Amino acid sequence: MRPFQYETAASAEEAVALLSRSEEAMYLGGGTNLVDLMRLGVATPDLLVDVSRLPLDRIEETPAGGMRIGAAVRNSDLAADELVRSRYPVLAEALLNGASGQLRNLATVGGNLLQRTRCVYFQDATKPCNKREPGSGCPAREGEHRNLAVLGWSESCVATHPSDMAVALVALDAIVHVEGPSGARPVPLTEFHRLPGDEPQRDTVLERGDLVTAVEVPALSARSAYRKVRERASFAFAVVSVAAALDLENGFVREVRLALGGVAHKPWRATTAEETLRGEPASEASFARAAEAELAQAKPLRDNGYKIPLARNLIVRALSELAEGS
Amino acid sequence: MSRGGEGASLEAPVLVELSLRVNGSEWSQAVDTRTSLLDLLREQLGLTGAKKGCDHGQCGACTVLVDGRRANACLALAVAHQGAEIVTVEGLAEDEELHPLQQAFIEQDAFQCGYCTPGQLCSAIGMLQEIEAGHPSAVTPTAGADRIELDEAEIRERMSGNICRCGAYANIVPAILAVSQ
Repeated sequence: MRPFQYETAASAEEAVALLSRSEEAMYLGGGTNLVDLMRLGVATPDLLVDVSRLPLDRIEETPAGGMRIGAAVRNSDLAADELVRSRYPVLAEALLNGASGQLRNLATVGGNLLQRTRCVYFQDATKPCNKREPGSGCPAREGEHRNLAVLGWSESCVATHPSDMAVALVALDAIVHVEGPSGARPVPLTEFHRLPGDEPQRDTVLERGDLVTAVEVPALSARSAYRKVRERASFAFAVVSVAAALDLENGFVREVRLALGGVAHKPWRATTAEETLRGEPASEASFARAAEAELAQAKPLRDNGYKIPLARNLIVRALSELAEGS
Repeated sequence: MSRGGEGASLEAPVLVELSLRVNGSEWSQAVDTRTSLLDLLREQLGLTGAKKGCDHGQCGACTVLVDGRRANACLALAVAHQGAEIVTVEGLAEDEELHPLQQAFIEQDAFQCGYCTPGQLCSAIGMLQEIEAGHPSAVTPTAGADRIELDEAEIRERMSGNICRCGAYANIVPAILAVSQ
């Protein structure tokens, strides 16, 4: 591992100033992904600015009935929060279905959003990878891609975003608060992560030096749930996951939110399915039509076509369960 | 805070003064910023109980308690835990008396090769404290703090970060269950 300087900051502003000392500096949260990437030689910072102890560890109710989550809140503390469990079950379930108990104790909210893909080629510094080394090529398109993208991928990258938490937050219309060299600004989470296009090295719209300070979630009256399919019963990344919120009126869909995980370079907000469903009867048939409308744009690779019927069925199941409980 | 190595060549090791409390004893020394908490415990403090299985946070053999909470020592940078209170498997027993969970592991024959055992023990102790604090799990994500019933499904889910390649789960689960009751 490359030697690096280590600094702690007392405030977000100080952290941003410290990071500007070096072009190769990085922020350190819980380290559960970054330390691993440094050990693999994928990340080679010469300075780490530790932001895990900034006073950004509070979960607060907002005046509008929503919730503001500090970026340094640990994943386990967020999942255990009474407000989260009672008002945003989709978020608690997503968090608890991600990683392991001991990893959730270390991992922060900001770090969870900014974790990198687990594509095996990205994590192997001896292999070409356009995300790690732009222009070097993508062996995944012809190689090991069973668990990679079916939606929104490009010729240069077929990686998936690994977060569960972010899928729930995308469905909840969360806003990311960012502190940067030119001040603070809010970024809607749906616009925070990028599709790969021809710049797969950029996971998000963040600029050099930007620091995530908080995530704000608007009030939610609809029932919500997170459903995840993985290759073993626990402690595995999603093959496909669904974050859903559903509000019915006399058996018809008044409001629906739907996001998919494990299928794209970013948490995939299923806007086509949502538009198809609004005003429709809350039936398995309309849930299936909506899922199929969304997935009509999917393009399977050689070995991951199975994700398309899996996503369809999981959407139908998640929405049916929410409708049954209404 | 410490800012060791300032002005040194970029590629030279950077040393930072670090103080920890490990199994009740104060410890203080300059450490290379690259050192994981696991390597520090094993190689500088001689506490080889916590094991290096995968070194990627996937197996849990390195699990220790950091400020009372279970964590993967392999992914924790030592310098990021300035002032922390660390408990390793060596710190579980009181004098000659084993921790009840250690005793239960013996009684239930909850290990074969023993490599994952220190991590299993520290993880289970952290897990039982999480339940005490009302922390939910994927099995009971939205249950109230008083509604968690520790059964086999709960234990298997909450302990999924600790892999036993001998497959001694059939006895690990009853050992944890015995202590929780």
